[in-house]
Amino acid sequence: MKFLPTSDAERAAMLAAIGVKTIDDLFAAVPQAVRQAPDLPPPMSEIEIRRFVGGMASRNANARDTAFFLGAGLYNHYVSAIADQMLYRAEWLTSYTPYQPEVSQGTLQSIFEFQTHICLLTGLEVANASLYEGASALVEALLMAERLSRGKTRAVLSAGIHPEYRETVCTYFTNLGLEIVEAPLGKDGATDANALNVACDERTFAVAVQSPNFYGVVEDWNVGSAAAKAKGALSIAVVAEAISLALLAPPGEGGADIACGEAQSLGVPMHNGGPLLGFLSCRSEHQRQIPGRLVGQTKDADGRRAFCLTLSTREQHIRREKATSNICTNQGLMALASNIHMSLLGKEGLREVALQCHAKAEYLKAEIAKLPGYRIPHSGPTFNEFVVEAPEDAAPLLSRLAARRILGGVALSRYDALDRRRFLVAATEMNERAEMDGLVAALAGRAS
Amino acid sequence: MSVEIEEKAAPVRDPRRPEPRPLPLVFERSGEGKVGYSLPPLDVPAVIAIPERLCRKEIAGGTQISEVDVARHFTRLSRLNFSIDQGLYALGSCTMKHNPRTNEEMARLPGFAASHPLAPEELSQGSLELAWRLEQILAELTGLPRVTLQPSAGAQGELAGILMVRKALEKAGRARTTVLIPDSAHGTNPASAHFAGYKVKELKSNARGTIDLDVLEAAMTEDVAALMLTVPNTLGIFEDRILEIARIVHAKGGYLYCDGANFNAFVGVAKPGLMGVDVMHMNLHKTFSTPHGGGGPGSGPVAVCQALVPFLPRPTVERRADGTFFLDYDRPDSIGRLRTFLGNFGMFVRALSYICAYGNRIGEVARVAVLNANYIRAGLAGVYHLKYDAPSMHEVVLSDKKQVDLGVSNVDIAKRLMDYGFHPPTISFPLIVHGALMIEPTETEGKPVLDAFVSAMREIARECVESPDLVRTAPHTTPVKRVDEVGAARNLILRWKP
Repeated sequence: MKFLPTSDAERAAMLAAIGVKTIDDLFAAVPQAVRQAPDLPPPMSEIEIRRFVGGMASRNANARDTAFFLGAGLYNHYVSAIADQMLYRAEWLTSYTPYQPEVSQGTLQSIFEFQTHICLLTGLEVANASLYEGASALVEALLMAERLSRGKTRAVLSAGIHPEYRETVCTYFTNLGLEIVEAPLGKDGATDANALNVACDERTFAVAVQSPNFYGVVEDWNVGSAAAKAKGALSIAVVAEAISLALLAPPGEGGADIACGEAQSLGVPMHNGGPLLGFLSCRSEHQRQIPGRLVGQTKDADGRRAFCLTLSTREQHIRREKATSNICTNQGLMALASNIHMSLLGKEGLREVALQCHAKAEYLKAEIAKLPGYRIPHSGPTFNEFVVEAPEDAAPLLSRLAARRILGGVALSRYDALDRRRFLVAATEMNERAEMDGLVAALAGRAS
Repeated sequence: MSVEIEEKAAPVRDPRRPEPRPLPLVFERSGEGKVGYSLPPLDVPAVIAIPERLCRKEIAGGTQISEVDVARHFTRLSRLNFSIDQGLYALGSCTMKHNPRTNEEMARLPGFAASHPLAPEELSQGSLELAWRLEQILAELTGLPRVTLQPSAGAQGELAGILMVRKALEKAGRARTTVLIPDSAHGTNPASAHFAGYKVKELKSNARGTIDLDVLEAAMTEDVAALMLTVPNTLGIFEDRILEIARIVHAKGGYLYCDGANFNAFVGVAKPGLMGVDVMHMNLHKTFSTPHGGGGPGSGPVAVCQALVPFLPRPTVERRADGTFFLDYDRPDSIGRLRTFLGNFGMFVRALSYICAYGNRIGEVARVAVLNANYIRAGLAGVYHLKYDAPSMHEVVLSDKKQVDLGVSNVDIAKRLMDYGFHPPTISFPLIVHGALMIEPTETEGKPVLDAFVSAMREIARECVESPDLVRTAPHTTPVKRVDEVGAARNLILRWKP
């Protein structure tokens, strides 16, 4: 078999050196009663694998062969060819976690650069080496705030936080004796400041607000930060569309203590929902409670600059059940892709992408608003995604569009049964005007 | 494992070689006016319809750099890494095997890489089918009826598994408080049990390095939700009394959790379902060859017994009678979600491609992995101390006990191995072997490589006697010399500053 380099003759020599007759002898400790060969088809060649797996890929619509307006926390952005091709290099692809810094300086320096990029974008002082994805990043941020609070039990979450993030928080919080209170949105689509203040009490350890929120509306970080500070809680800024950070005020300027969320937009393809790229950054006073891997700068024995994983006494392999998190892996390769992408685009390119996303979404929003029967329900400013209310149920309408190779948006009925006629539309730098005009025309004709 | 470095005089320079300089940071390569991207002209009116107070002026300190500089920067950086394609990783319980490139190609097909999980069901049949097929295969390999692919990595899989156990017990009116974990377990086990709201009780291993049935019998009360067991354990030893262990746990109404980090030792040969395992996570980035990528992404599917099926994370992938696939969100007893969307789908594509390449011969993976580990053991057991001499499966745990009196530790041996062109073994655990050298070669190393590794380890053992300083000051040939990890933690520099 092509992934097994040992010949039969070599196997025989190895068995002789070990002092057994057959490989089966080495499995003596495995009871016969638990042994069973799997009922699977015979091995496939590379040609057959390409045919079989490629066949399944061809049964999916994708952003390259449709007019594509899906978002809801996962966006179709430009990724430079060099970012992906760099990931093919075996030194990046097939290397292990950099626990041995002398043979891992490439990975370590790249993570150090990634941490720096995240700090610059979020306006905070310390960022970790990445987390799984946005929802679990929010969980980790909340648990971090809870540890720092030393005994408080309530988290206040804006209803504008991605519903899958909120559901994930519930899963994690259920058995930890922590309470979640949701603060509703106002008519403009932004978190209601009064409701947020009312929800916060002395037991509150964190207030979390997402911007742009799940419905696309840009929030003022200061609203969440003020509510948090009034009760001695930490302010958590959640970002699910990270390219917005290139245009919008960074969380650090808006008083946030922790920023977290999804950085997929910064150089990671959609991957049908994973692997993605969670991030977390915070003020330096809280750095010793940050979860996950962290790379620091140091020196080698010759006094030259070098990098290594640091503050590992926070982590599970040392602290076991007392660790800051059970997390072990980070999203190494995705953090690398993102570092390459952010470095290439740089301060100018990231801003230009953000401006294009915003301008295209504004154009599309205005055109849809002109259609009879359609309405933009939120008056608040939006970045590159917005809610549309259709004159009929959104899910079947979007299915009819899909039959014409237009993926026109995400029906909100998926998340809230009351939102039957509403759907989310996202635009990015990848959408051409003609495509957007096509969507508008299809909506106008209701894609009959 | 932290390493402290003493200040010392500058090393003698080889006059033929100019002083090597550390690579600049990407930020230090940046220069005003340089550009590394191009975008199409904006084809709609340029507007900013967001109040100025909600906007930022600039990304102060952000890079300005050309594509040429980026290509060179990241290529040069990559050359400072060791990787599987360069040589053997001796890391134990990490299963650093070859990463087939077919898998990379399949994961990058636009139908997968450029698809969105919220696309309408009728346009997502390919990805749903792939997830469904991978689940079927993992169920067959584990001998358990259902699998969730959602967990992002092994540790999240552990949490998902324990949360399902917890919910099943609570639903049955039998809420419990404690999870039992052997002292040889990986650190994520106690951490995951803790985040599921359980107290952890550690089980002391017996002299063979396995579960002591009397200790288990005494600890296994009706307040214990589960025993978390790594099979084979982190010493590479198979719990040969696994069926009795399962009986003891089940007799008290507990669940047997299997940490599948070491599934590579018996995949395709034996089935956890037949062992009495009720719930088990796997690591696609270990057993099923998806690349480690310098620390992730991973993927940690969890297989469960029938009693735990109602509690699987939401949504599950289901097949209708007409052969079409759909996502089932209507699962009222589900523990909920652990993350967004369906999981690390790109890893599912790679793992499925990998399993297809072996098909019904996948047991060869385990057989050769076990052969290789035992071959290394045979070559090194006399030279390095072997605390537990029970038969080894896919890995062997040696220690520095014979070298410690010479003033050389497992850290030094690990660092010296780099000079011989191998990645060091795991040295930070298992905690029950002091000075551990935990070695897992995997099945994708051939005899010549194993021979070279054994001879390097023997050579180092000789150096420990004859020239211990050479070992203590290693590595000597790596891109940087020994790195001051204590200094890094003492004087924290976690980012570049403009």
